[in-house]
Amino acid sequence: MDHVIAALSGVFFTAAIYLLLSRALIRMLLGMVLLGNAVNLLILVAGRLGRIVPPIALDGAKAPLEGAANPLPQALILTAIVIGFAMFAFLLVLAYRAYQSLEADDTDRMRITEPRGGPKPPMSY
Amino acid sequence: MSGAMQDFATHPTDWLVILPVVLALLGGAVLLMLREAREAQFWLALGVVAVIVVSDIALALRVSEAGPVAMTMGRWLPPFGISFVADLTGAVFALAAAGVTLLLLVYLRMDMPDRARRDGVYPLVLLLLAGVSGSFLTGDLFNLYVWFEVMLISSFGLMVLGGRNIQLDGTVKYGFLNFLATTFFLAALGLLYGTLGTLNMADIVGRAGAGNPAVLASIAALLLLAFGMKAAAFPVNAWLPASYHAPPPAISALMAGLLTKVGVYALLRALVMLLPASREILEPVLALVAIGTLLLGPLGAIAETNLRRALGFLVIGGIGATIAGAALGNAAGLAGSATYVLHAMLTITGLYLVAGLLETMTGETDTRRMGGIYAAASLPSLLFFVLMLAVAGVPPFLGFWPKLLLVQGGIEAWGFGGDGWALALWIAVLGNALLTLIAVSRLWAHIFWRAGHEGAVTEAPNPDLKPLAPRVRRLGLGTAGVLTFVVLALGLWPEPLLGFGRDAAAGLLQPANYVVATGLAGAAP
Repeated sequence: MDHVIAALSGVFFTAAIYLLLSRALIRMLLGMVLLGNAVNLLILVAGRLGRIVPPIALDGAKAPLEGAANPLPQALILTAIVIGFAMFAFLLVLAYRAYQSLEADDTDRMRITEPRGGPKPPMSY
Repeated sequence: MSGAMQDFATHPTDWLVILPVVLALLGGAVLLMLREAREAQFWLALGVVAVIVVSDIALALRVSEAGPVAMTMGRWLPPFGISFVADLTGAVFALAAAGVTLLLLVYLRMDMPDRARRDGVYPLVLLLLAGVSGSFLTGDLFNLYVWFEVMLISSFGLMVLGGRNIQLDGTVKYGFLNFLATTFFLAALGLLYGTLGTLNMADIVGRAGAGNPAVLASIAALLLLAFGMKAAAFPVNAWLPASYHAPPPAISALMAGLLTKVGVYALLRALVMLLPASREILEPVLALVAIGTLLLGPLGAIAETNLRRALGFLVIGGIGATIAGAALGNAAGLAGSATYVLHAMLTITGLYLVAGLLETMTGETDTRRMGGIYAAASLPSLLFFVLMLAVAGVPPFLGFWPKLLLVQGGIEAWGFGGDGWALALWIAVLGNALLTLIAVSRLWAHIFWRAGHEGAVTEAPNPDLKPLAPRVRRLGLGTAGVLTFVVLALGLWPEPLLGFGRDAAAGLLQPANYVVATGLAGAAP
């Protein structure tokens, strides 16, 4: 199972990087979502799969049940999902706002901060 | 497993470790609720940051006397509970960050349009400070990722506040690339957890020796990419000059002063302290990155006509110097890195503050249309002059001492004929100093000495200059002056700075005290 999930994570990474290489903001956003999920899968595999006993310590016991699943990657992934979602929401609104104001969702046409063929270096001194 | 729980309460004085972060977060939340009362917001923000500065001073004093201090959350002992650990490097950086933020709040009061204040600039500044302090003080890598994101989302908000087209444009580039960098960092964390089974920094120190060197080096390379992107190191630096000049000067100053330095700090922490064996494998890569960044930064600044964009390139050059120390990896080099981060926080912020004043006086962002300020206003000229010599590293100003340490570290590592990379590194540091001096003296000649616009052959004073309003003089020049005074004082009396560098480097190279403070010494692996 580990190998399948690892391979799936690799596929996600590939697709995400392909989308991120695009100049269209919407494609880049989708790429970021895929990349986030690729990383989440990676963390899940890094914590090792394959155990199905829930990680619960019974009443009075100080250790979880024998062969319990590793709960830490799930906690990490939950945090990462929440943060990733917030970032994605912000960037989505930003991209929409940029589309409205700059009339472009193509990064090649967003050149206000770095104008194309900008001024030559000052030649004096 | 009973040893995993802590059965006594954390000692009240140890709460000092987390106080800067808690205060900033709480303050940010309270300010959000007070968004109607804008005047009260400012004073409250100022008060909160002042208390944070005081607690950072107390923390730094305590750490410098008694060594690292740690606190672990939620009664779970490390490595299970999340630890906050303040060592000298983290505590002093947090102090510098809070001090710079305090001055910037005052500067913001004069610089920001009312609309930005309505939209919550003060809460965002406090949350940014929470993220920065958290990054400097945390003892857990995943927690570091969370603080990175706190810092990132507040900086997005600050950068886009006001919503001018240039800000939207800059934020798109800044946002995507920095989010990408933290995602890479998260991927590296996942792999590190899969390899070593822990994310607690002190625990990683103990276990990294047993890990597979090839796997750990790959992870370290991914960390280098992620932190390099955050720090704007060559060749992943393109976002910085595309975004840092977009927001108003005060916000630019805050970001240039704090954000890239957190990337450098994380790089030093991860590569030098946590994975020293991998750092040695990656040494040529680090050296190449450092040399590229050292030379590219000032060259970009020489070619640039937009004042704050030129300063952005100088920020990049400074990042190169800090990475050079990580590439050398010896005590003098690391001391150079640590002191350089401190110097850059103060000096670069000061330069941006003065740049904001120059833009107010001339109504321009382009150095070709500035000019004649030396004749019109001596005080801003004086401040800029001191800061520009400091950033170039001319003795006896502040920037000289870190570069001296870096060159010393380079010569030690080179050993007159040994390591070729070290030779290249210290020559690149000297080259950076020379190129930076050329870049800033051109800025000086264009903005201050030349009487009018570019090409104007005249001795008459520049008629377009507007004198600074009394309020701007008081708040803007006042804050820039205080910062310049600190830079000047630390440059003329460098003993505390050099002592800090020495101890910080020792702490990074021999993390035994850090591990003991976290409570992991002698624990079974």
